[in-house]
Amino acid sequence: MNLRTIWRKTLNVTMLSLTGACTLITVSVLFFILGYLVYNGGRDLSWNFFTKLPTPVGETGGGVANAIVGSAKLLFLAMLFGVPVGVIAGVYLAEFSGKTMNFVVRYTTDLLNGVPSIVIGIFAYSIVVVPMRHFSTLAGGFALGVMTIPITVRSTEQFLRAVPNPLREGALALGASKWKTILTVIVPAAASGIITGIMLALARVAGETAPLLFTAFGNQFWSPGWNQPIASLPMVIYTYATGPYEEWHEQAWAAGLVLLGLVLVVNIGTRLVLARKTSVAR
Amino acid sequence: MASVSPVRNAETENMNRQPDNARDAAPSLAKPPEAPAVASSSLRFKVSKLKVFYGSKEVLHGIDLEISSNVVTALIGPSGCGKSTFLRSLNRMNETVRHARLEGQILLDGDNVLNMDVVRLRRRVGMVFQRPNPFPKSIFDNVAYGLRINGCKEKMSDAVEHSLRRAALWEEVKDQLHKSAYALSGGQQQRLCIARALAVDPEVLLLDEPCSALDPVTTAKIEELLFQLKPTCTIVIVTHNMQQAARASDFTAFLLEGNLIEFQKTPKLFTTPSDPRTEAYITGRFG
Amino acid sequence: MGVSSNPAVGHEPYLAPRGKVGDFLARLRGGDEIAHLLTLIFAAGVILITSLLVYELWINSALSRHTFGWKFFVTSVWDPVFNHFGALPFLYGTVITTVVALIIAVPLGVGAAIFLAELAPPRASDMLAFVIDLLAAVPSVIYGVLGIFVVVPFVRTALGPFLESTFGFLPLFKGPSYGLGVLTASLVLTIMIIPFIISVSREVLMAVPVDQREAALALGATRWESTIRVVVPFASTGIAGSIFLAMARALGETMAVTMVIGNDPRISASLLAPGYSIAAVIANEFTEATGALYLQALIELGLVLFLVTFILNGLARLLIVATEQRGGGTPA
Ligand SMILES: Nc1ncnc2c1ncn2[C@@H]1O[C@H](COP(=O)(O)OP(=O)(O)O)[C@@H](O)[C@H]1O
Ligand SMILES: [Mg+2]
Repeated sequence: MNLRTIWRKTLNVTMLSLTGACTLITVSVLFFILGYLVYNGGRDLSWNFFTKLPTPVGETGGGVANAIVGSAKLLFLAMLFGVPVGVIAGVYLAEFSGKTMNFVVRYTTDLLNGVPSIVIGIFAYSIVVVPMRHFSTLAGGFALGVMTIPITVRSTEQFLRAVPNPLREGALALGASKWKTILTVIVPAAASGIITGIMLALARVAGETAPLLFTAFGNQFWSPGWNQPIASLPMVIYTYATGPYEEWHEQAWAAGLVLLGLVLVVNIGTRLVLARKTSVAR
Repeated sequence: MASVSPVRNAETENMNRQPDNARDAAPSLAKPPEAPAVASSSLRFKVSKLKVFYGSKEVLHGIDLEISSNVVTALIGPSGCGKSTFLRSLNRMNETVRHARLEGQILLDGDNVLNMDVVRLRRRVGMVFQRPNPFPKSIFDNVAYGLRINGCKEKMSDAVEHSLRRAALWEEVKDQLHKSAYALSGGQQQRLCIARALAVDPEVLLLDEPCSALDPVTTAKIEELLFQLKPTCTIVIVTHNMQQAARASDFTAFLLEGNLIEFQKTPKLFTTPSDPRTEAYITGRFG
Repeated sequence: MGVSSNPAVGHEPYLAPRGKVGDFLARLRGGDEIAHLLTLIFAAGVILITSLLVYELWINSALSRHTFGWKFFVTSVWDPVFNHFGALPFLYGTVITTVVALIIAVPLGVGAAIFLAELAPPRASDMLAFVIDLLAAVPSVIYGVLGIFVVVPFVRTALGPFLESTFGFLPLFKGPSYGLGVLTASLVLTIMIIPFIISVSREVLMAVPVDQREAALALGATRWESTIRVVVPFASTGIAGSIFLAMARALGETMAVTMVIGNDPRISASLLAPGYSIAAVIANEFTEATGALYLQALIELGLVLFLVTFILNGLARLLIVATEQRGGGTPA
């Protein structure tokens, strides 16, 4: 009896400490990795990095300006293509759909969300690159746009549903029709949430490389217009990190830091905004 | 007609108003024997055999009730007896509830509300809810909302001021019209909601326990407000506060479990009720 | 409407059927039907895009499917020159990296989730969960960079030689260790999926009703006993869901694996040897694929990847929903 109690207590302490150790290990590995990235990336960041084109191997002072601009252009296209579809489909789910359609659309959205990004790349390749017969900004933007859709749909639906019902009733009781209620009261009330969702979706696709491999492809130079292959930050990181030259590796670290910074700033910012919003609502 | 308020914009006038002769004709249509006659008022709502179902559950079992214009009619009864359901039938807000179904007839100035365009109906019959529900917009935009969705563009600020004055809120908010409505206190928010409903100049104002979330001082303010609105608006108020019904209304209807038990002039109902159940309720024996 | 007084008689049902067309037109005027239709078109667009994706994968792999049939999955020769394509090395590489990653990540992740949900002070738990959620948002190419420059040297110089000298008698750990290889890819995947496991598991654990814990503690159970006998079983389907989710992510992961697995289409027993995965071969060879059959074989691999992740994600969602409903339903 007494022995058994001691055994139970020992087991209790041991196992609980073990879970603590798990946490410690994971968290410290993760922190070490990020710290290492910041350390290495920070060393190689310079003004040139943001403003210059890549230089031939052996010359110093090159940058990835074209990739930064390229990523921005690709994200712009992704937004142009994905956000309207995502937001409006989200409005449909929250405000109009019946049970069956709601299930079907949600299910498809989840399905699309789970598709590996490389497969999205194949899809964009066969629908945009093959007919156009060449890699292009357009194809890359399309691939990223498809990836933003499911995230935007679900976050839009979620935030619209969170709008309290009395607000709807208030507008309807004033003689607003349903679509006017949606447009003038419900969507504005959910706007900050919807925008947050869009930002998170863009932050997620901003780091995607696989869908760009055979759509946007990559480019050593500027890519004017929307019809040519274009460089992007994740592609540059991939190419440089797997390349053989020390200068390339340095640039890969720096580009990785910039990309990570961008993604984290958006994520932290939006999460803080949301946290504040929900705590006010409570 | 006493129901014409001092300032009215031409557009809503056209949209909402019937010719006076049509309305004057209404009382002669049906003068129910038990309906108390009030000299200055005419019949506004005539509800007959109203049954409402949520799914298969029948919550109103055939209500007959006539509501006169330019008086305050109070609905009392224990909670769950169907007061809100009845009120929300008058402007068809029940349609927003899935599985809600309605039988019977509701005439507004002689027209069946069920055949009306619901948007126009709700412009004529405004509603204020139990909890204040201002939109997450500025005070000004809240009041202007109804006007804007009706496509009215002119003299917005005059109309807003007028509505806020009618809701006795103007003095308190005139310097902060562009602040968020959420910055106001609960009582102010409720008066803002009243102003918002008044802005489209409804003929009828429905209030569903508008004071249940408010303190006594604010409640008194709103009761005072109802009194002032009476000449320009027909008011139907749901309350489970009997003192409030006694103070603020001209007529009182007592509902119990989906049936109309008694409908009387307020002083009569509270002093000499004709039904023992009414008496039991007002003397606090149940509910 | 509403101008002349028209006292209708009789009982009108609510929303009287005015005839379908009349009703539709009346609402059309208000714009509600237009809005409904418009949003429906966009929602249908999502369905269309997804169907199109499946369709494209299907028809664009037809040639390969017809040429190789089921043999595609059991032959291990990948020879573009002679147009011989067998997917077995890639299937093997994908499965083995995922399995090894899960073997390491699941105990660590679930353990950490238990700690965060049951023991850590709520504020610290929330803080750590916040950071861990952020890690789930880090782009995979960045994990790839870290893999190349941190994990590869670590395996080459430290972990590999150690395993070789200690467990070298097992074929699993036979040298030499190049750094690039299956084990390295598994470690990088481990780092990538742990945040998922922790985040989802912690949530389902926290959704377990308090009375369940209290009931166990009141019966004299120690903290650990209440956790392992009551809380974890209650949340087990949800935890399983988080594992499936992580598995789907690991199977489909492209960049990080491509950068460290060594890209060698051979099946070796040793984890220290280089390998190849489905996603990696698509990433590496798609743009260079000459000839229809080559390209289609790669697209068929994409189709396989799609189907597998589709099934896993479906399972995961089902399990997570099931637990959350159980957790939410009990207190009421
Ligand atoms: N949306 C609804 N669905 C189903 N039943 C409802 C709904 N709203 C109200 N009820 C039921 O109808 C009855 C009357 O409710 P209500 O009109 O809200 O009563 P009151 O306002 O007098 O408290 C109650 O029994 C209530 O449970
Ligand atoms: Mg009520």
